[in-house]
Amino acid sequence: MKKIVFIMSLSLIGLSVQSQEIKKNKNLQVTFEVDGVCGMCKKRIETAALKTKGVKFALWNLSSHQLNLIVDERKTTITKIQKNILEVGHDVFGFDSQKIVAPNEAYNAVAPCCKYRDEKVVSDHN
Amino acid sequence: MKKYIVSGFLLLSSLFSFTQTSFSGIIMDPSNPKDNIGIEGVSVHWLDTNISTISNSKGRFTIPYKKTYKKLVVSFLGYRTDTITVLNSNPISHFLTPQSGLDEVVVITRKKATYKSFSSTTNVFTVNSDELLKAACCNLAESFETNPSIDVSFSDALTGTKQVQMLGLTSPYLLISQENIPSVRGASQVFGLTFTPGTWVESIQITKGAGSVVNGYESISGQINAELVKPFSDRNFFLNLYSSLNGRLELNTHFNHVISKKWQTGLYVHRNYRGEKFDQNKDQFLDNPLADQINIMNRWQFTDVEKGLVSFINVRFLNDEKQTGEMNFNPAKDKATTNAWGSEIDTKRFETSAKLGYVFPELPFQSVGFQIAYSQHQQDSYFGLNNYDIEHQSIYSNIIFNSIIGDTRNKFKTGIGYTYDTYNELVNTDSFDRKEESLGAFFEYAFDNLEDVSFTAGIRIDAHNLLGTFITPRFHLRYVPWENGVFRASFGRGKRSANIFAENQQLFASSRQINVQDVGGSIYGLHPEIAWNYGISYMQKFTLFDNKGDLTFDFYQTDFQNKVVVDWETPQEISFYDLVGSSIANSFQIEINYNLAAYFNLRMAYKYFDIATDYKSGNFQKPMQPNNRFFVNLSYETPVAEEGSQWKFDATFNHIGKQRLPDTSSNPVVYQLPGYSNAYELLHTQVTKVFSEKFEVYLGAENLTNIRQKNPILASDDPFGSYFDTTLVYAPVFGRTLYAGLRFTIN
Repeated sequence: MKKIVFIMSLSLIGLSVQSQEIKKNKNLQVTFEVDGVCGMCKKRIETAALKTKGVKFALWNLSSHQLNLIVDERKTTITKIQKNILEVGHDVFGFDSQKIVAPNEAYNAVAPCCKYRDEKVVSDHN
Repeated sequence: MKKYIVSGFLLLSSLFSFTQTSFSGIIMDPSNPKDNIGIEGVSVHWLDTNISTISNSKGRFTIPYKKTYKKLVVSFLGYRTDTITVLNSNPISHFLTPQSGLDEVVVITRKKATYKSFSSTTNVFTVNSDELLKAACCNLAESFETNPSIDVSFSDALTGTKQVQMLGLTSPYLLISQENIPSVRGASQVFGLTFTPGTWVESIQITKGAGSVVNGYESISGQINAELVKPFSDRNFFLNLYSSLNGRLELNTHFNHVISKKWQTGLYVHRNYRGEKFDQNKDQFLDNPLADQINIMNRWQFTDVEKGLVSFINVRFLNDEKQTGEMNFNPAKDKATTNAWGSEIDTKRFETSAKLGYVFPELPFQSVGFQIAYSQHQQDSYFGLNNYDIEHQSIYSNIIFNSIIGDTRNKFKTGIGYTYDTYNELVNTDSFDRKEESLGAFFEYAFDNLEDVSFTAGIRIDAHNLLGTFITPRFHLRYVPWENGVFRASFGRGKRSANIFAENQQLFASSRQINVQDVGGSIYGLHPEIAWNYGISYMQKFTLFDNKGDLTFDFYQTDFQNKVVVDWETPQEISFYDLVGSSIANSFQIEINYNLAAYFNLRMAYKYFDIATDYKSGNFQKPMQPNNRFFVNLSYETPVAEEGSQWKFDATFNHIGKQRLPDTSSNPVVYQLPGYSNAYELLHTQVTKVFSEKFEVYLGAENLTNIRQKNPILASDDPFGSYFDTTLVYAPVFGRTLYAGLRFTIN
């Protein structure tokens, strides 16, 4: 069910982004939230995004948790990018702010200082 | 039955707790350490565990301990939270530090005054304004005293000018730029660094080895780029006054003004003056020149964030006058006579530059930059009966386009550049006029896999009216083999025309005969200089006794294919000729930076140089170049107290090994020098007292141990005779100098 809502909202957003054009944008700006806590997370998130074919630019903001991307829509989809970020252990938020949780084994692999699900780690960084 | 189980469990658990050792200590208040009164209720826990306790009424605590527990966190409201490293189970006593507000936090996250980059592909060392404040004084040439990558030497016994060297090569082989516009070149080669006041400098980037192709083909052993203060980010008003006991006075003022949201402007005025004559070594010659410099710069900054535009416009005017020579020399009366030996060097320089940058609003990785600079430099000078005038006009411009290939792991810069220089020189009675014009195109590709490998590969092709059409490749590689270790390698080619008189103008203050061996080349009859530079370096970051440090090894080689050899080996002569054979400069450096304790830093470097050239008379080490140098810098700052008050202490020690001196054996015995100079040590110290963000004063000593070269001027008793020579300088001419200054800021 969640997934359906997410996909629906995805396609809605996609529609609203390029309501006039049906042509796919090769420099589409996309922003969504990714959970993380430190500079190491930033690097991991940005690297995972950039390694997705079709992602040209990735910038994750540590304080707002927003990941700004410029993507070539012809070559990739948001789902693919989010899948790659989930695979390196970071939870992402879909367009309805619905949290998609990274697999546990991926989360367990991140460095101790990056355990963003642990409130203590988060508060230590503040 | 249950009872048994419970008591059994109890027994077990008590047993268990016995096998566990415990760790104890006392937490105290620093405000009354004598009474040993502990603080009650302090929370103590092991980092990353749930094991915690609270101190008792006497401040004592006991907490379970395992060998794996290394970090003890101590926190108490109103005090700073401390993390203590525990190496064994011995009891500790710990003083908490009262928290004085938010300032504390600022200090902890403060950036370091110097920064050796871990992530950059090139071997670059950034010096920010905090570090620049440690240098005794006052202009760019004097800003490198606390930096081991750059060696400071003396150009001559008269002008007090400091010369910078990197990898054992003097500044003509470096690309010295101001905001990426080549600035110290051509006519300004010798004095150019003294024309940028230290307070104008925001930061300096020092790159060892082959540089980037973007800034041209001239750099051979490295690049020094100075970023100047910007009207937008600089203080609204800044005043710096400086005075030293060797008679030097300096004034720096900055005025920055916000005109509108998009426009800011800054006016920067510098004056330095020395009107007092000193002759410590009693050779009847001034130890330092009489000097007067006025230097005015006006900057305009335009920023339009929405449109992605940023622009800088600069205008600068400089007038510099120096007088040196014999104590009794009076220029009005004695100029061009043999009454007394004297020299005057007057420089006027005007420069203007404009930069425009555009970042594509939708594409942050894509931008276009354009810069254009014009300068006019005029030096009129005489040295005894020698005359030297040079006028140099220069235009420098380039357009750079930055973008990516696929994604930001693959970046590139490409563009074209145009330079135009005219030189008009008068050397005694001979005039030399020259025009240089070049048009070039460059492409630089930078790859970064975001993990362990990055490299930059650049190539440029230039068509130059005197140097011909040639290709300049440059390559830098960075590899991270393991955590906190970086390996770097680079190679590159550089080519330049040697301005033999401007770069070696100390020769005029001697009786040496000038001998240029014309072989039909395009520059003074000589050929352009061409060199390859190769370098490798390794940096390892480490943590020792819970303090951070880094260790760097680097080795660079510069191999000249052609060089204009400056030959001082015959006592009454100076010869310039094209290299026949080899000229190789090797330099090796070990550097350690270590944080000894909070606010207490150590920097240490050992350098070995082997700079050998085939002269006409044989293969020799470069004269007046030590093979060994050793450098130590210690700096300590007290924590910033309320209202920003703070003490800063800084000391720099240099050991300069013995140096080969040019041959003087054919001179009369009194005018002979030994084959090698003695090694010597120099010590500089400085203390700064910061009263508040607005006001600070500093006091320092240069050359504290009062080291002086005994006879810096050969045949000072007979300056118009044939043995007179002021160029053989290997140690300070002036002894200990005390100085003091103040800095006043309004934001």
